[in-house]
Amino acid sequence: MKYLDEYRNPRLAQSIVNEIRRIQTRPWVIMEVCGGQTHSIVKHGIDRLLPEGIELVHGPGCPVCVTPLENIDKAHAIAAQPNVIFCSFGDMLRVPGSNGDLFTLKSQGADIRVVYSPLDCLKIARVNPDKHIVFFAIGFETTAPANAMLAFRAKEEGAHNVSILVSHSLVPPSMTYILQSPQNRVQGFLGPGHVCTIMGYREYEPISERYNVPIVITGFEPLDLLQGTLMTVRQLEAGTATAENQYSRILDREGNVPARELVNSVFEVSDRKWRGVGWIPKSGYKLRWEYREHDAERIFHVKEIDTKEPAICISGQILKGIKKPHDCPAFGSQCTPLTPLGATMVSAEGACAAYYAYGRHLDKHRAEASSRAQVGGAA
Amino acid sequence: MCLAIPGKVLEEFDRGGMRIAKVQFGGIVREASLDYTPQAKVGDYVLVHVGFAISTVNAEEAERTYQLLEEMDQLTELDAPVVDEVPTRKPQ
Repeated sequence: MKYLDEYRNPRLAQSIVNEIRRIQTRPWVIMEVCGGQTHSIVKHGIDRLLPEGIELVHGPGCPVCVTPLENIDKAHAIAAQPNVIFCSFGDMLRVPGSNGDLFTLKSQGADIRVVYSPLDCLKIARVNPDKHIVFFAIGFETTAPANAMLAFRAKEEGAHNVSILVSHSLVPPSMTYILQSPQNRVQGFLGPGHVCTIMGYREYEPISERYNVPIVITGFEPLDLLQGTLMTVRQLEAGTATAENQYSRILDREGNVPARELVNSVFEVSDRKWRGVGWIPKSGYKLRWEYREHDAERIFHVKEIDTKEPAICISGQILKGIKKPHDCPAFGSQCTPLTPLGATMVSAEGACAAYYAYGRHLDKHRAEASSRAQVGGAA
Repeated sequence: MCLAIPGKVLEEFDRGGMRIAKVQFGGIVREASLDYTPQAKVGDYVLVHVGFAISTVNAEEAERTYQLLEEMDQLTELDAPVVDEVPTRKPQ
């Protein structure tokens, strides 16, 4: 229990772990959906604190990770054009596309700017009326209200030189996709707390019911994650399957109504490709027709770019909870945060990057060395 | 980048029909839109994601969450440059 010392309330953490152990009668596989949760689980060693047989697998909820290579290449193609000021959240600049990353393109002279808020693009547009300002709108439901507000304000203010390159993903369809996979191992979910701060959790109820799977909307602090796991195990052991809310101090069933309303007025649901996974029906947003004048894909006529991921990368299986980073032969050797081969290594919230950041690639090297020593000893 | 950061509303004002606040995050003060949290007022703590308050929180929750995000190195979005509306002079 060495990790318990780091908890602000180690006694409470221990009592939750004890309670999970007390009620558990068989093994269960539980997926945390959000990348922030994955990061916190690995940092605090929560997966190693849980009783044997409670396995946490890491879901697809890192928006930077699942932004498809094609869209990074489109961003690159637009940002390279003269008279464009390309704006993005900082996390996207170092994600490699087929032709390198945006950071390198910036160092070669392209006008690429990191913004704090999408609304910064309106200020940049007012000062640069002769330039076209393009914003790379990536993210899940948590980020959608901010990105929607940029499109809304650009249209209201008649900012004709502002457009957005939309690459938005939605969490519930990705969970359905995982549950429909013939290889699925996931029996319960820790749902994404900050996504549901916006969306509420009504849309998770039919998923629970249809697939007979408990979904507990959970925060990302250590005690939240332990408590969410306990609530999920309770349901699994009782044979119930409902959407529950562990994070009730932050969110309720309805979410943030004004934010949701604006998102729905600007975006409509569309099919979306997920890096490492492929196309998932109705799993993303695109701009509504009324906002077409601010749609960068229409303005810049970027053609579809065919891209290929390295064959060795198993990020697709990791994102679906079928495999773990350690199962990959390239993890920690060919593939590191500085030389990422695929989705789960490109951002700190990806499962592979989180494992690497907290030294778990060293476990793999140690295990390999020990197995070599054993083979050597036996010979 | 998927997590919202808690901060304290120091002041609020109107800019072109939008409700904007100055929000203190640890030692940094940045602006955030209050359009999605009409209930938030000066002195309240809000959860801010990419420049937008998305929920209100109590002071204790805000303090604990902020510390955890800091330990997880999840505050980098606050480091993005401040955009001024003053035209920058072109290099000679």
